[in-house]
Amino acid sequence: MKLRHALIAAAAVAIAIPASVQAHRQWMLPSMTVVSGEGADVWVTFDAAVSNDLFYFEHQPMRADVSVLLPDGNPGEVKNKAIGRYRQTFDLQIGQRGTYKIFYTTDGVTGSYKLNGEEKRLPRGTTTATLAQAIPAGATDIKTSETSNRNEVFVTAGEPTTTVFKPTGKGIELVPVTHPNDLVMGEDATFQFLLDGKPATGLAVTVIPGGIRYRDQLKQQDLKTGADGKVTIKWSDPGMTWINVTTPRPAGEEGQGPAQRSAPGGRRASYVTTVEVMAP
Amino acid sequence: MQLRITGLTAGAIGAGLFAPGMAQAQTLDVSITIPRLTVAEYHRPYVAIWLEKQGATPQTLAVWYDDDMKANEGTKWLRDVRQWWRASGRTMKFPAAGVSGATKAPGTHKVSFRPKLSPGNYTLVVEASREVGGREVVRLPFSLPKGGTARAAGSSELGTVTLTIKR
Repeated sequence: MKLRHALIAAAAVAIAIPASVQAHRQWMLPSMTVVSGEGADVWVTFDAAVSNDLFYFEHQPMRADVSVLLPDGNPGEVKNKAIGRYRQTFDLQIGQRGTYKIFYTTDGVTGSYKLNGEEKRLPRGTTTATLAQAIPAGATDIKTSETSNRNEVFVTAGEPTTTVFKPTGKGIELVPVTHPNDLVMGEDATFQFLLDGKPATGLAVTVIPGGIRYRDQLKQQDLKTGADGKVTIKWSDPGMTWINVTTPRPAGEEGQGPAQRSAPGGRRASYVTTVEVMAP
Repeated sequence: MQLRITGLTAGAIGAGLFAPGMAQAQTLDVSITIPRLTVAEYHRPYVAIWLEKQGATPQTLAVWYDDDMKANEGTKWLRDVRQWWRASGRTMKFPAAGVSGATKAPGTHKVSFRPKLSPGNYTLVVEASREVGGREVVRLPFSLPKGGTARAAGSSELGTVTLTIKR
């Protein structure tokens, strides 16, 4: 009986490892998300990386330039940006009360076409603007799908506010039912996810608490947005927690990037955030 | 050591928070013991004292923190009094008149408050959070107009806390 379990477990691991290696989770990690301080010298610092384990720097730094939306809705900026071998770091000075959004987005087009009977994939980095040049004359069976990826984190000084959650209407976006900077162990949280501005049912929601290296179980929760695009999360642990939301994808695929293996078709989008679940 | 909040100030704080309709001024005599700890590095704890009532906005009675640092820097760690910060602190500005106070040394401290409170079930909450140390919350339920005395004790960062209610 024991051996049988061990064999099944070994088989499961063998299958799981290649998938997780390809996943390379993307993440941003604020030094804190609940901020107090009336002084002028209050800062939050961030790490940003791509890695398998959460939240450890062991693969690649995040190279993108992030944008900031201030609590009053105006753009802000990060300071002291540096890219190391394994991580990017930057700082945000807290100058006003309310909720800040730190984010970046990437958009692209994936797809394929046939030329002289041979199937070719669109080159990486193709966008809607360059799509026309990417497809040669005489191509047939053109299949394309637009991808939108968003990675964002929130920090709040004083009372949580909602100005920065105003949807842009592109890709997957979070609308707070529970505010993402008001999370406490033992209280379920509900978020609404929009796809291109509309509540999206059936989006895949993955929740993984940080600190993977020091435990045996991943504690991954696989959820789906229900009616109205809402999902309710029961936290397994306090601490920094990674949330990844994607358009539906074939079983076994995980990760926030546009999936490469399945045939193109339909809209593809992904969303990543890191939230802090406080101890009660 | 006695920290007395004037009836006028407490009344102003209480107004609008706890259904003033049938509200009456109550005297809440609170005694808080901050334990003496044998640790290599000791800092006096940040302490918040507040009232909760179901369906009402929590009301902060007092916050003891490093209120004398330059550029208001002591406010940076108010969030570490984390239950209070979520319940009430994050809506406030500091220093807060009639609420802000300096941190207190180990020993027993008696403070009195005179908020206007309507009848109902309340909880007096005391939370202490210490730099390079721990955090503890002590809750004392009481009801009005019954009043009386409530007592609870912490086990690490707070000693005995008592509440006596007088009209």
